[in-house]
Amino acid sequence: MRIIVCIKSVPNTVEVQFHPETKTLMRDQVASTINPFDLYAIEEALRLVEAHGGSVTALTMGPPQAEQELRDALAMGCDEAILLSSPAFAGADTWATAYTLAQAIRQLGPCDLILCGKQAIDGDTGQVGPGIANQLGWPQITYVSRIRTLDPQAGKIVVERLLEEGTEVVEARLPAVLTVLKDINTPRDPNPRLLRRARRAEIPVWDESALPNAEARFFGLQGSPTQVVRVFSPPRREGEVAWITGSMPEEIAERLAEHLHQEGFI
Amino acid sequence: MAWLTIDTERCIGCEACLEACLYGALALEGGIAVVNERCTACGACLPVCPVEALSLPRQAALRAEDAASPEEARGVWVWVEQFQGRAVSLSWEMMGVGRRLADALQVPLTACVFGHNVRDVAREAIAYGADRVFWADDATLAAYRTAPYAHLLVALAREHRPEILLLGASARGRDLAGAVATQLHTGLTADCTALDIEAQTRRLIQTRPAYGGNIMATIVTPNHRPQMATVRHRVFEVPTPNGERTGEIIPVTMRLLAEEEIATKVLDFLPASEEVNLAEARIIVSGGAGVGGPEGFAVLRELANVLGAALGASRAAVDAGWIPYAHQVGQTGRTVRPDLYIACGISGAVQHRAGMGTSKVIVAINKDPEAPIFDIATYGIVGDLFEIVPALTAHLRRRLGH
Repeated sequence: MRIIVCIKSVPNTVEVQFHPETKTLMRDQVASTINPFDLYAIEEALRLVEAHGGSVTALTMGPPQAEQELRDALAMGCDEAILLSSPAFAGADTWATAYTLAQAIRQLGPCDLILCGKQAIDGDTGQVGPGIANQLGWPQITYVSRIRTLDPQAGKIVVERLLEEGTEVVEARLPAVLTVLKDINTPRDPNPRLLRRARRAEIPVWDESALPNAEARFFGLQGSPTQVVRVFSPPRREGEVAWITGSMPEEIAERLAEHLHQEGFI
Repeated sequence: MAWLTIDTERCIGCEACLEACLYGALALEGGIAVVNERCTACGACLPVCPVEALSLPRQAALRAEDAASPEEARGVWVWVEQFQGRAVSLSWEMMGVGRRLADALQVPLTACVFGHNVRDVAREAIAYGADRVFWADDATLAAYRTAPYAHLLVALAREHRPEILLLGASARGRDLAGAVATQLHTGLTADCTALDIEAQTRRLIQTRPAYGGNIMATIVTPNHRPQMATVRHRVFEVPTPNGERTGEIIPVTMRLLAEEEIATKVLDFLPASEEVNLAEARIIVSGGAGVGGPEGFAVLRELANVLGAALGASRAAVDAGWIPYAHQVGQTGRTVRPDLYIACGISGAVQHRAGMGTSKVIVAINKDPEAPIFDIATYGIVGDLFEIVPALTAHLRRRLGH
């Protein structure tokens, strides 16, 4: 069985903040990391391969330095890693990103399952997983909170998905694309034994010449239907906090209740 | 490799682009901006340059060939999500937005209602503002599944060419939107917080948060139609339904996917308890590390019951195993926008604030007066939640006569 995990190198969001006074981006500490949701996808892929045999390929599209995130994936136990990187891929929106990843997945040959995090914490769109599935014409199951059973021989998977109203149990034919949630597992730490190998591993860098069946006009900015026309700081919440104090909890509770009443909640 | 081109003759070293860059790709050297390999060609710096010294050369040769005559597309569509035969309230919020956009464009508003035995939902869609409804009713459509729904919506959109297609940013809505936008090769903007029409161009101006709400971006889909957008729960109001409104219900006659062509089956559904539906909740009582353990949530649950509120939690409480993940609010949980959010023992890390910072009124109860939650709170109480919350519950019980 072959599983491909699509990961994204993202800035560590905690460190991407606007300075409260100057309202500028505090970018001096911008560090990159594997998108947190993708760690759950990697972990789930490793567990499935441990149970059923096979291999896990980590795939990302990004700038050359995204290679580091692939090394981190190898240190968790992924068998191979591929970096899609080229000036032609730059500026891709979710459509062009999914197109390029899907082309690479085709190029990688037979595959049973593709796992992605439910969304990336920088863009927050959750669109690339469905994008890959629909480029490939494979079933998609989003927001997976648990894989109940996987039968590679029968080519079937049964999973639980978390929806607003509860949990849906879905069966799908393989190959399929799954996007996973945080509570599906607890990702392992990098394996010290694998770290050295990961550090030295040769990571193939694929540019457009590695995707001979792709159409160049669908790559990057050129292939992206959406355009960002403006980026700005969100409006700050108005007003300062109104402190509610009192000598006794009951007194505080009563004062808060009065405010809630005036706001129309009670 | 840097993608951005900087015209050194024009650059005045004002640093505006440095501040706009999300990736730390720009610096000032010798009084002139320089770009490094961190540049991703996102374009965020272009509009802030006062002297137009920045350009992305690749942007000039934009996709004229893909411009599938966007000027010919007409009409605003809303996909109406139903669950077990009932429309979800988010769909009517979308209908309200769709009506406003359709009026601005002076075009009809169309609702797409798919399901099984959902003619009542189609009628309701007219009451909520639709001029016409595409109504598809079949056993294969009873429970939402990506393939049959996307097949229908793509086929309808190809035939009728709407200029705008809106979906709620629920789990199903995002799932469907991602599939449909891919198949139609069009732009999709997730989680919009503002949608407006630019009068001269008829373009949909879409504004959305990114980076956990730290940054807002305005996005357009200039050359592809339909312009697709999703909106989260409770960003827009539910319009008042008008049972007198008239409209056309058009049964969909195109071929549906046959059951054997659909690669997924819904085997079962396990409903969540009422208190978990955070997305639709008007009031949320939420607990964090300060709650101290699973038994601590009992105190919050009592307050939630008195207020008719949903129960939320911070990542710290979920990771500690005190409460299931379905309750988690924040960047790796749910994004919520209730009218009232009561944060109990939550310090307010940026990841948590990303999930609840747009709540209309925020009450924060925390022992630490320096906790960052107070930076965004409407009302702040410095104290022990195990004293304050029971006192509030008792007071509200008396006041509300429970």
